Amino acid sequence: MAAEASAAQAVQNLEAAEAGKVDPMKQFTIEPLLGSDWQLADGLSIAFTNSALWMALTAVLVWVFVAGGMKRALVPGRWQMAVETMTGFIDDLLEANVGKAGRKYVPYIFTLFMFILFGNLLGLVPVGLIPGVHAFTFTSHFTVTGVLAIMSFSIVLVVGFWKHGLHFFSLFWPSNTPAFLALPISLIELVSFMVRPFSLALRLFVAMMAGHVLLKVLASFVIAGGSGGIGTGILVGVPSFVLMVAISALEILVAGIQAYVFALLTSLYINDAENLH
Amino acid sequence: MPQIEQIAATLSSQVFWLLVFFGLTFVVVGLGMVPKIMGTVELRDNQIAGDLAAAQAARDIATAEEEAWRKRENANRVAAQSVIGEAKAKAAAASSAKLAEAQTRLDSRLAEAEGAIDAARISAMAEIETVAADAARDIVARVAGAEVDPAAAQAAVKEVMAHG
Repeated sequence: MAAEASAAQAVQNLEAAEAGKVDPMKQFTIEPLLGSDWQLADGLSIAFTNSALWMALTAVLVWVFVAGGMKRALVPGRWQMAVETMTGFIDDLLEANVGKAGRKYVPYIFTLFMFILFGNLLGLVPVGLIPGVHAFTFTSHFTVTGVLAIMSFSIVLVVGFWKHGLHFFSLFWPSNTPAFLALPISLIELVSFMVRPFSLALRLFVAMMAGHVLLKVLASFVIAGGSGGIGTGILVGVPSFVLMVAISALEILVAGIQAYVFALLTSLYINDAENLH
Repeated sequence: MPQIEQIAATLSSQVFWLLVFFGLTFVVVGLGMVPKIMGTVELRDNQIAGDLAAAQAARDIATAEEEAWRKRENANRVAAQSVIGEAKAKAAAASSAKLAEAQTRLDSRLAEAEGAIDAARISAMAEIETVAADAARDIVARVAGAEVDPAAAQAAVKEVMAHG
């Protein structure tokens, strides 16, 4: 980790030396906006950063979106229909993967899905067109995705041990299998179970980061191509820009898919805890 | 990679604000609003299901009513048919009785008339005999100059008429 960090630092220094270059990693930098000296306890900084600001924006947008569907009309309007489609989507997801018992997880999975989805999409909004404003995708930070994954994993553990007690460990023991096979299999199952929060967190973090890095790299091609003259502008800049547009569309898709995958896997893991085989 | 470089400096802030905003969203939206929205959906589904059931029930009632009406109508038709048949039979019997009565009346009048005709013919015959005897007597008196007894003439005429 340390080696990688120092290598990245070196790369950054090198790039900083070459002035005018676009640093594709700079967009992930966290900067305190206010209260840079706020602390929970000694050394625990809770500065309100750009990351926190975008989380706040996401929370407000999710609230606005859902509040718009609170008319509770018998014949729903467009907005209410949209909100009901989202809750129905999560409800169906849990019904299909967990069954009737999955209903009580709808508030959590819905919040998780909407929070990740809106966070992903907000990071793609080209607010950078306004000078001085920089979009920030908090889901491209594994500190954030990690906390979300740990929350989901904790729910699985709590529900599992609450409902089944120590019998929950039978999750790892394959049924109808001779002991000499079941023993190594259960070890593998245990490892794959323990890896879940990491895979959950890393999948979202990597997908979001990779997309944004790619967009910034292509953007640097557009700028470099454009400043290199007419010839390189047409040869490099224009195709890069077209590719950027296409990849932006792809990123919108990825934003939805990653939010869906996070919610889907969480509900699948909850199913393990709810319905022990 | 700022995610790794800044981890020590920003971890507590990131976790804190995520918990704050995710928690707020969860409590306000997830726990506060989502159940209400799902309740609305359920209410609507129930209403639709109720309306459909009511419509089905109304339809069943209508079908049963129509069936009953059909049965009643069929019974009425059968009754009407029997009434018509009865009336027809009655009318036929009455007309045949009238016909028979008229027939006997006609027969009797025919017989009467025939009797009258016979009587008239017999009396006419008798008249013809008398006229013929008188004529024969006149003829004899003019031709032979003999006076014939009317009784003899009568007898002679009778004999001739009998022989034809």
